[in-house]
Amino acid sequence: MAKIELSAIRKSFGDTEVLKGVDLSIHDGEFVSLVGPSGCGKSTLLRVIAGLEPQSSGEVKIGGVAVDHVRPSARNLAMVFQSYALYPHLSVFDNIAVPLRMKRLSALERAPLLGRLLPNRYRVERGIRADVERVASQLEISPLLTRKPGQLSGGQRQRVAVGRALVREPVGFLFDEPLSNLDAKLRVHMRAEIAQLHRRLKATFVYVTHDQAEAMTMSGRIAVMIGGELVQVGTPSDVYDNPRDIRVAEFIGSPKINVLPGAVQADGRIVMLDRVLAARAAASTGPCRVAIRPERLSLGGGDLSGVVVHVENMGAEAFVHLGCDGLTDPVVIRLDDPLRLPAIGSTQRFGFAPEAIRLFDAAGKRIAIRTEASVEMIREVAHV
Amino acid sequence: MSEVAMSDTVVSLRDLDALPKARASAKPRRRSRSTVAYGLVAPAFTLMLLMLLGPLAGVIALSFTDYQLGAPSFAWIGLANYQQLFADRVFWISLTNTLTYAVIVVPGSVALGLGVAMLIESGTHLRAFYRTIYFLPVMATLIAMAIVWEFMLHPQFGLVNGLIKMVGLAPHPWLQDRGTALYALCVIGIWQAVGFNMVLFLAGLMSIPKHLYDAAEIDGAASAWSRFRLVTWPMLGPVTLFVVVITGIRSFQVFDTVHVLTKGGPSKSTEVLIHTMYMEGFEFFRSGYAAAVTVVFLGLVLLLTLVKSRLAAKQVHYA
Repeated sequence: MAKIELSAIRKSFGDTEVLKGVDLSIHDGEFVSLVGPSGCGKSTLLRVIAGLEPQSSGEVKIGGVAVDHVRPSARNLAMVFQSYALYPHLSVFDNIAVPLRMKRLSALERAPLLGRLLPNRYRVERGIRADVERVASQLEISPLLTRKPGQLSGGQRQRVAVGRALVREPVGFLFDEPLSNLDAKLRVHMRAEIAQLHRRLKATFVYVTHDQAEAMTMSGRIAVMIGGELVQVGTPSDVYDNPRDIRVAEFIGSPKINVLPGAVQADGRIVMLDRVLAARAAASTGPCRVAIRPERLSLGGGDLSGVVVHVENMGAEAFVHLGCDGLTDPVVIRLDDPLRLPAIGSTQRFGFAPEAIRLFDAAGKRIAIRTEASVEMIREVAHV
Repeated sequence: MSEVAMSDTVVSLRDLDALPKARASAKPRRRSRSTVAYGLVAPAFTLMLLMLLGPLAGVIALSFTDYQLGAPSFAWIGLANYQQLFADRVFWISLTNTLTYAVIVVPGSVALGLGVAMLIESGTHLRAFYRTIYFLPVMATLIAMAIVWEFMLHPQFGLVNGLIKMVGLAPHPWLQDRGTALYALCVIGIWQAVGFNMVLFLAGLMSIPKHLYDAAEIDGAASAWSRFRLVTWPMLGPVTLFVVVITGIRSFQVFDTVHVLTKGGPSKSTEVLIHTMYMEGFEFFRSGYAAAVTVVFLGLVLLLTLVKSRLAAKQVHYA
């Protein structure tokens, strides 16, 4: 169990800078997800923490101790890889036993024939066997111990990889997109299992994923990484509800948040689609972007309108895509009741409450707003 | 070639199976289906018969005769050739030399080939250059290279003895001394085989997934040796088996260097199986006897191939 601190981590491969100064402090026993689009540097950051990739500058501390020149194995972190990285020639038992054998046996005792003759080896092997069997029963893979990884399904391999990480009782666990090779159903199942594992072990978990659903459902805090920088770090609900950058707003949430072009006038009024909204921006004038989550838009009322271009019925909910004049992308609205779907091609009215708005300036930074409490719905005003 | 042709046949049979028509009228269809199958197998089978099985049967038959090259007639003499062969001191020397040669060249060239491949793979600069350098002996004609080696090993003005003299040691007639001639040939054999083995190992090394090394590093394999033991060596298993068998078969076939450099001498100390066969068959024209030597040689190669297929069947199929 340990705190992991990163300060000003930079990493360049040749001329390309992949990490541009990352600061992050992960508390003892915390579950932090590093999430971001592919190529944002999240896996590189994880490899820097693990020690597989030396950082160009900056400092990594584990448990308060700088580990910049400490080898990966000595950092006592366990890592679960996307491809599982099981040794194909070893049985499940031997795969899980590898970290223990490396730690508890000397190089001489590991030697193929000679090692067996040494008295200590037998005693240590007995301890290893007990530990491996304990972990295997925890993960319910005891019947698989004699099999080779090639004979296992994706989910079983995943468990073996977790078992190999678990058995050495590390100070922290690093997960590098561990669920992306699984099918959708198993992914949801393993999501719950990893979250439970974290609750049981109370160890520090760092979890890299490009799937915002995984990050939202499992972690205590989400660190959104875009273009080599941490854009926002916060609890899932904070990141979802209160994005500080338009890129965070767009990345988190499925389907994507609706982004509509607007402008902030000199008096702070916000104009969008020729309408003045019932909210005032606290600062900055000029063009801005108004972002609204699909579930915060309501269909059938309000004074915006659009033509239904597409309908997605998910069973428990539905998404209606509306094409509006003056917008290139359709506006997506969530419907709680898929039984009352509008017909494609029909014109529908829609609206939203002023507090649903998240306002961003031209550079994508969040602008605070004050809602006009007296006005409930959007007021239509002739545009000057 | 033949394997490809046969697997094509299998595919077409399956396709025919899937046709509903074939089931409707089973009996006449089945006959025509097997005709098609035989027809498709025929080209490959004919080729194998003409190029492989036929000549092999011919050699085995020949080994039971007293046929001499160019003679108008021959007689069946049963196992007399083999009797003579196993009673012949030269044959046993030749067999021992061949096995000694293989026992030295196979581990030598496999270990060196793997070492060179790993050095090249871990380097960053001039990789293509080193690959080419080490592969050159494989591409060069061995007869020509043997002549180069003859000059290098020349007792008086050879490069090797020149170097030995430079460091103040006594020069040695490597190829003329009974004690060293075979080992000198082994060195040339290793030199020639290293490049080929290196290329195969390079391909094998490149196919090892990078993340296994990451996992090994995390799991505590801190030294290069333990990573080699944990990942590289087991993952190269299938390649190593192939390389060992191929090098083994090629060492059994050693002939060019022996023929050019020593002609089996001095006093039979470098006599090897194929050279014995060549001498008996084409110098003394005892074709029947030479055929018997060939059969023994084929037996050895077959044994090696069987060992390989046995081991290969045991190998895990890596997923």
